[in-house]
Amino acid sequence: MESKKMSNLLSFEKPVAQIQRRIEDLEKESQEKNIDLSVSIEQLRTELKLELQQIFSQLSRWEKVMVARHPERPKLIDYIKVLIPDYLYFCGDRLFRDDPAIFGAMGHINDNQLIMVIGHYKGKNTRDNIQCNFGMANPEGYRKALRLMRLAEKFRAPIVTLIDTPGAYPGIEAEEHGQSEAIAMNLREMFQLKVPILSIVTGEGGSGGALGIGVGDKIMMMEHAIYSVISPEGCASILWRDASKASEVAEKLKLTAQDIMKFKLIDEIINEPVGGAHRNHREATDSVKKCILQWLNQSEKISWNQDLLDQRYEKYIRLASFDHVKNLMKDIRSSEENL
Amino acid sequence: MISFKKNNTPKIVKPGPNLEAEARDWTKCPGCRALLYNKHLSENYQICPKCNHHFRLNSREWLRLLSDEGSFCPLFEEFEAEDILEFTDNETYVERIKKACKKTNANEAIQTGTCTIEGHKIAIGVMNFHFIGGSMGVVVGEKIVRLTTLATEQKLPLLILSASGGARMQEGMFSLLQMARTAGAIGRFQKENGLYLSLLTHPTTGGVSASYAFLGDVIIAEPQALIGFAGARVIEQTTRQKLPPRFQTAEFLVEHGQIDKIVERKVMKKVIARILSFYQEGWSSHGVKKNE
Repeated sequence: MESKKMSNLLSFEKPVAQIQRRIEDLEKESQEKNIDLSVSIEQLRTELKLELQQIFSQLSRWEKVMVARHPERPKLIDYIKVLIPDYLYFCGDRLFRDDPAIFGAMGHINDNQLIMVIGHYKGKNTRDNIQCNFGMANPEGYRKALRLMRLAEKFRAPIVTLIDTPGAYPGIEAEEHGQSEAIAMNLREMFQLKVPILSIVTGEGGSGGALGIGVGDKIMMMEHAIYSVISPEGCASILWRDASKASEVAEKLKLTAQDIMKFKLIDEIINEPVGGAHRNHREATDSVKKCILQWLNQSEKISWNQDLLDQRYEKYIRLASFDHVKNLMKDIRSSEENL
Repeated sequence: MISFKKNNTPKIVKPGPNLEAEARDWTKCPGCRALLYNKHLSENYQICPKCNHHFRLNSREWLRLLSDEGSFCPLFEEFEAEDILEFTDNETYVERIKKACKKTNANEAIQTGTCTIEGHKIAIGVMNFHFIGGSMGVVVGEKIVRLTTLATEQKLPLLILSASGGARMQEGMFSLLQMARTAGAIGRFQKENGLYLSLLTHPTTGGVSASYAFLGDVIIAEPQALIGFAGARVIEQTTRQKLPPRFQTAEFLVEHGQIDKIVERKVMKKVIARILSFYQEGWSSHGVKKNE
């Protein structure tokens, strides 16, 4: 396994840091002294993998939040480069401004299938981060996203949206320019696009700002992604006026991919490399690509006309409906009785 | 969801030892601190005659104000909230719902049904802020989807009056998805040329404003109503900027082109009835009956 050097180590990752350091030392030694230490290095690597497996299979919900927000997690641009290497990007909402927090590009996946990828871009370094507002889009960002989705429809290109945002930007101008209207419009109009849509939460699925590009025929989440109605910090400050209780609240919100899969609100969980996507970008992006290709294959079976819209609509009429909840409650109760 | 501490329910003046019965007849205006006789206040649509402060109406009071007498037919009353997340903060969610039911004498944060407004039949949904901050959970979403579907099938105009802090966080992702469900249903309705009037009252924010509330073909707000996506406190903390005066009020939104107009409570019914009659006139002159 090719591990990246970590500069941002999460507290629960500490046990692996030591092993990692030992591997690095051995590698250096073998190079300097020109001796073969590959057997011991390989041994340590296996140990590392086991340790990571152990840690990452038992993450608390709050720890998952930290992984989902990890600064070294692959960002939109990393996915785009792998998914559509010949990509061509498009700018602007035609009304006010180009919002760098939303990025969209068209290109070929596997050389032969044209797709449009649209997502939140958090940025890759501090300068980037600030420029893209840490992935918090303004109304013009949501309007740009919708414009590009319509463009995709014109090209008969399926749409993949990659969600990774703390939420829509809470700013003065955002309110003046109609943040509510922009998101609401996307929610409504995404039901009208006659090309298949796949939404993947790759990192942080923050509330309405995430859903604003997230109405899809299929919804997937990465293994360590989160999706929530409100940030744990926001929820804690409403309930107790104390954002420091976020870790406690994260447990209550049931916001992990595993929780949401259990609630049957998403269609699939995309596996991440051992130790999380931030440890191996290539493996993470490949895993996403594989899922997109499978989905594209399935999408060929539906005709891209009113049938597709009807199917999407039916999905959302069932999803999170009263009956859906009732049936889940029934399942939970009967499984409790069986125990 | 955003919490609202100020401008809440009317404060009853603290009674003296022998004045308890009398005190119940008086309300102190949070706008100008004037003592108002409750009977006068209710005759004036719960608006302070001195400073024009709008006291909040619950869903029943709104229905009385807007619909023709005796015309409201409730629908979808059977849906009640479930605690799917097993959510507990200072109290359990189940407890919170029970309390809200008792307090409001209703079983959810929205009442839905059909009624007539000056003879025009419509599908109507009225939110109740007193029920857990008017928050939108599965039941609110379900009732709106069903109401909208009914309006599409029966070709009725749709009116939804919003009063909400946003999505109900106690129902997690289930709440969030109601934004998409309601928006999708309204999209279908509007594609069939259905007329959707959205009425925004104090407050309309978060997940409700960013879904069905801002999809109205005509969007009307009450004077001074707080309307916006993010909470003012969050905006201040995030941007470290001073908020402009009257930020996120109905007046601010008209100025910025976000809503059609502000309408006083006294004439709300008249204005809505006029829009409905314009709509009917337009269609019937082309031989199509839209509502009667």
